[in-house]
Amino acid sequence: MNDRLIAQLGEVVGARWVRHRAAELRTFEADGLPTHVAKPRLVVLPGTRAEVIALVRLLHRERLPWVARGAGTGLSGGALAEDSVLVVLTRLNKILSIDPKRRRATVEPGVVNARLSEAALPFGLQYPPDPSSQTACTLGGNVAENAGGPHCLKYGVTTNHVVALEVVLPDGTLARLGSAHGEPWGPDLVGVFVGSEGMFGIALEISVRLEPVPPAIRTLLADFVTVRAASEAVSAIIASGIVPAALEMMDQACIRAVEASIFAAGYPVDAGAILLVEVDGNPAQVAAESAAVEALLMQAGARGIRAASSPAERARLWQGRKKAFGAAGRIAPDLLVQDAVVPRSALPEILDRIGEIGRTHAITISNVFHAGDGNLHPNISFDSRDPDLARRVKTASGEIMAACVEAGGSITGEHGVGADKREYMPLIFDETTLRAMCDVRRVFDPEQRANPGKVVPIHYCREWNQARSTARPSGGSP
Amino acid sequence: MEPGTFHGSTVGRFAMSASILHRLREVLGDRAVRPDDGGEDEGGGGIPRVEPESTEAVAAACGLAHQEGWRVRIEGRGSWMPRDAPADLTISTCRFHRIVDIAPADLIATVDAGIGLDALARELAARGSWLPVDPPGRPERSLGSVVASGTAGPLRHGFGPVRDHVLGSTVVTGDGRVISAGGRVVKNVAGFDLTRLQVGAFGAFGIITRLHLRLRAQPAARLTLLATGPRDVLTRQARALMEDRLAAAALELCSPPNGDPDQWCLWLDLTGTDAGNRAEADRAVTGSEVTWTTVGPDQADQFRAAMAHAPLTQPVTIRIGVLADGLDETLDLLETTLAGGVVTAGPGRGLLRWSGSPDLAALRTIRQVGAEREMPVTLERGPWPLRKAFGYFGAYREGVGPLVSRLKKTFDPDSMFVVSLEGNGAEV
Repeated sequence: MNDRLIAQLGEVVGARWVRHRAAELRTFEADGLPTHVAKPRLVVLPGTRAEVIALVRLLHRERLPWVARGAGTGLSGGALAEDSVLVVLTRLNKILSIDPKRRRATVEPGVVNARLSEAALPFGLQYPPDPSSQTACTLGGNVAENAGGPHCLKYGVTTNHVVALEVVLPDGTLARLGSAHGEPWGPDLVGVFVGSEGMFGIALEISVRLEPVPPAIRTLLADFVTVRAASEAVSAIIASGIVPAALEMMDQACIRAVEASIFAAGYPVDAGAILLVEVDGNPAQVAAESAAVEALLMQAGARGIRAASSPAERARLWQGRKKAFGAAGRIAPDLLVQDAVVPRSALPEILDRIGEIGRTHAITISNVFHAGDGNLHPNISFDSRDPDLARRVKTASGEIMAACVEAGGSITGEHGVGADKREYMPLIFDETTLRAMCDVRRVFDPEQRANPGKVVPIHYCREWNQARSTARPSGGSP
Repeated sequence: MEPGTFHGSTVGRFAMSASILHRLREVLGDRAVRPDDGGEDEGGGGIPRVEPESTEAVAAACGLAHQEGWRVRIEGRGSWMPRDAPADLTISTCRFHRIVDIAPADLIATVDAGIGLDALARELAARGSWLPVDPPGRPERSLGSVVASGTAGPLRHGFGPVRDHVLGSTVVTGDGRVISAGGRVVKNVAGFDLTRLQVGAFGAFGIITRLHLRLRAQPAARLTLLATGPRDVLTRQARALMEDRLAAAALELCSPPNGDPDQWCLWLDLTGTDAGNRAEADRAVTGSEVTWTTVGPDQADQFRAAMAHAPLTQPVTIRIGVLADGLDETLDLLETTLAGGVVTAGPGRGLLRWSGSPDLAALRTIRQVGAEREMPVTLERGPWPLRKAFGYFGAYREGVGPLVSRLKKTFDPDSMFVVSLEGNGAEV
């Protein structure tokens, strides 16, 4: 069966772009989440839009499950393709157009996030969603996950910037969703496609709204003795009505990991927590807002505030933040980057609670996160070779999710549900809503072969069992 | 009776009404049920009407209607869309207007969908919060109506369309299911975004009963400027301000209230700190080819209210997706194809609104030309025969029509809600 399929796929993309040997497949058996591993049946790397369409049609004819993947930087196991064909889209990496007058860009799905802002910069424009992995992650993956990033606090996440999509649906038909002008063309299908985690089809062309680069930017580093004091500063800033471009927090464990790494940014290693606050806009606005923010930081107990005095210093401060996950990898062999959201006023209590959960299960948790959005990233450092520790990590993760939901929050702010959070979905959605999600998925993919077994616990999609008898999905227990 | 069949004749309708009333009272009690919706003289259709006060009651009404095969029209506060869609029953959210919670520290609110925008704005302001949504219509227009029609006003320029302010929703489907999607946090990617499906679907996929909203703090300062002049001069000015990357809350072009072609208006709203606003105003004014006048707060409020009310002076409102570079051409098209009318246009985020009394053929011309230029034309408001003949969206782009049909089937299996959203079969 595989030989025939390999030949068929090779006819579409060329034999060199089909991976089938065990060693080759191992490269694609995980994404950025270390706790989940699954070997794909085959990997195929199309190089053109036409090849993607032909591939999807072939897989539809053959009734085979498949998974689309960008750079594999996802953190929810969303691009795992157990026994499915993995369609890797990184070769579709052209920026098709940048229209400065309209502030629009159209790209292929494999374009790396940071490349778009680089290309828009000469026009005085930027693409604000900036996940920490932005130098590697692709815009197709960003669309699938509705990716965020530090600067989404002011400018919004991926869904706030995508205006139109050309997609190939899992049955091979094409659909043009939205319009480049920004006004939906019919119901907001762009809105429901973004964040559908690769289960509704593949975006072949992505049209996004660009934003002007602000004329003035001021980046502040404030250090606090305790995490609670820093959290209270965050609440005070949000309640004041100022919307910083970014408002990020890092606790001591994370600060020390960064400072001990090649990404050292000059953070104070004796601080209980630091806040990285950025305000932007016209110079007068920035001066007024940064003065107000500095006053709020001091009132909340900041020991000191440092302002970046040059673009180079700003870049260094941000590098420490964006590479914090990499730096935290030094603490232990494995790093689980968790993702949850709480109302911003709940930050002080939830961070205390997360610390308590870590102590209860004797695990190391560090925190680096988008404080302004209430979007937490508790990082659990561990060694997956220790089964007891791995079990405690899983238990602690579940308790963190439950605590965030209890605080009025959600189980994921930007990493997606994927395979990792599927079991937590009933914490926030009732059975009727989960079934409705399955129903909407079937609108786009009646045979449920695109990225099977993700997002919604399988037992809510009863029809899934019928599909299993005719296809070979990855599935997995809920 | 076939589900989805409107019970047509007067005699038949009377008999049906009595039967429907009886069944509704059994399920919902007398309080929530009115024998008719005001009759045809009052803009109603002389059909039974329920005014539920909870999501559960809406679900019970929908479940019953689904079971009995009644056709249902949805109404908010009856201030925007004509009450003329043929149906067996009206379900109104007008008594469904509680503010469940406002959390100023988190800048989040949860409200019932029937709440009027004016009442909500007052409550938010009392807590220092603000929902930057300023759609056309009366001040008391229901929030549910605004979300269902996906509409927006001048503040869309700086704060985004209404969908950017909605974090979650509770919706009752055409077969009485209650779906609660999204949540009360500002960032959330758990599950598929079913809330987005309801924004701008005109109630075809369900009755929105509750909404979680993302708020802003009341701006510390607000500064408004106005320029008047010939249309082409003002559109050129609007493009210049955008190229200059002016940070505006609103930048809206308005047609002349007195019909004088030299009296178009360009409205510039700035929000933020006082110093920041003054700096941006200086940038706008310096070297400008038009004369800007600063407008005081009271006058600005009056102007905003007049802008919002203007479409109601006309029977039909359409909105067209068009960015700044296509604005002149589109305004020319409207002038030559649709005589008269009231225009507002926010070129920054691509929304032009025209209100007037067009004939169907002229509207079809607009839509056809719009399609050639890849500009969506949405019928925001109009009498039922026009909604029926012209459709809310008309022809869809490639591959979209079948998806919309399947979504309708998913959320409203027997087409109980009168809004269908079917395309006209063709694709653009």
